Amino acid sequence: MWKRDEAVKPTPAASGPAPAPAPAVGQPPAAAAELRTSNYATEPTRGIERSAVNIGKSVVIKGELNGSEDLTIEGQVEGKIELRQNVLTIGPNGRIKAQVFAKSVVVLGEVTGNVTASEKVDIRDNGSVDGDIAAPRVAIAEGAHFRGSIDMQKAAAKPGESKPAEAKPAETKAAAAQPAAAPAATAAR
Amino acid sequence: MLTDLLKWGGKRPDQPPGFAPPAARSADEPVMASKAFPKFLNLLAPRESPLLLDFGPVVGGNVEFYGERLGCKLFIEDLVGELDRHTRAGTIGQMADSFKTRFRHADASVDGILCWDLFDFLDKASVQALAQQIVRMLRPGGAVMGLFCTSSVERSTYTKFEIVDEKNLRCRAHNGVGGARRALQNRDIIKMFEGLSVSDSFLLKNNTREMLLRRS
Repeated sequence: MWKRDEAVKPTPAASGPAPAPAPAVGQPPAAAAELRTSNYATEPTRGIERSAVNIGKSVVIKGELNGSEDLTIEGQVEGKIELRQNVLTIGPNGRIKAQVFAKSVVVLGEVTGNVTASEKVDIRDNGSVDGDIAAPRVAIAEGAHFRGSIDMQKAAAKPGESKPAEAKPAETKAAAAQPAAAPAATAAR
Repeated sequence: MLTDLLKWGGKRPDQPPGFAPPAARSADEPVMASKAFPKFLNLLAPRESPLLLDFGPVVGGNVEFYGERLGCKLFIEDLVGELDRHTRAGTIGQMADSFKTRFRHADASVDGILCWDLFDFLDKASVQALAQQIVRMLRPGGAVMGLFCTSSVERSTYTKFEIVDEKNLRCRAHNGVGGARRALQNRDIIKMFEGLSVSDSFLLKNNTREMLLRRS
């Protein structure tokens, strides 16, 4: 107990030099300069240290965004976002007009476009999604806005499944979601 | 210190006067036992990724429930919200026409449709137009669930139906303006859903009729 203070102290690795901002493909150099790492965790991870990359309020990206780190977007992105193994958080100031592919997506800002996640899509209070969602689990908070269709697959949706079993349909899901999303244009209100 | 501990369960000073935690709010809202809803679920559950249409507003808990129970493709067509917009704008007469173009689902492509109590609030033309679309979209073997009042009410609020579990629905107040409820006779319902057959009909204790219609 008396060592609690030490435990809270940032580890040298965490306070050390920031890792290279991997999720920065296709954006202008100015935007890349504004990318920074943060410890704004979107969900607890089991003992694994994870840094998330932030895209700041003033950043506008037009193009494709790929990466292998968790990412928080507070700025604007138009195009396509792919973080298939990571968590994407659209912050309260984030404005996205893009197709999104990620492991998990947390929406606190605005998304216009289809969202595909292999694990979960979570639209929080005041978050907004205008588009179709394909994910085994979808949570929509009271006060959130959603307009579109939701494609949830039964096998992956059941809780208590082992992780590898979840990972497998996730791969097929991303592919399967495309045709499923086609009627999405027909979308609901 | 003891007083601090006792305060833990109470209201925090930063909470607004009207604030009630979600659990407390839910406790005030009536829960009705549904007989048709479990049947509706049982009809859809064996289907591979069924396509479900929900005409009610977006309720997060319902979306999670559909995902876990049915693993479906869900389209939320918030017709209650649309009804509210038309009522506020005084354009309720345009609803019937909007139904003709609104649904872009192919013929016989939908496995299940949840109408909730929407039909009670629609005018005659809209009721007919919506029923025609439902019959058109429903796949053979598909099911429609609707709740119908048994006596007309001059003014009533809209209801958000939140799924508590397979057999229970919580009736939450919708923040829309509400409107008059018109009771439809059984024969009117059967007539407007021509092409579907009434599979089950239940009169609940709150004088609501639950009906399950199927396409053979």
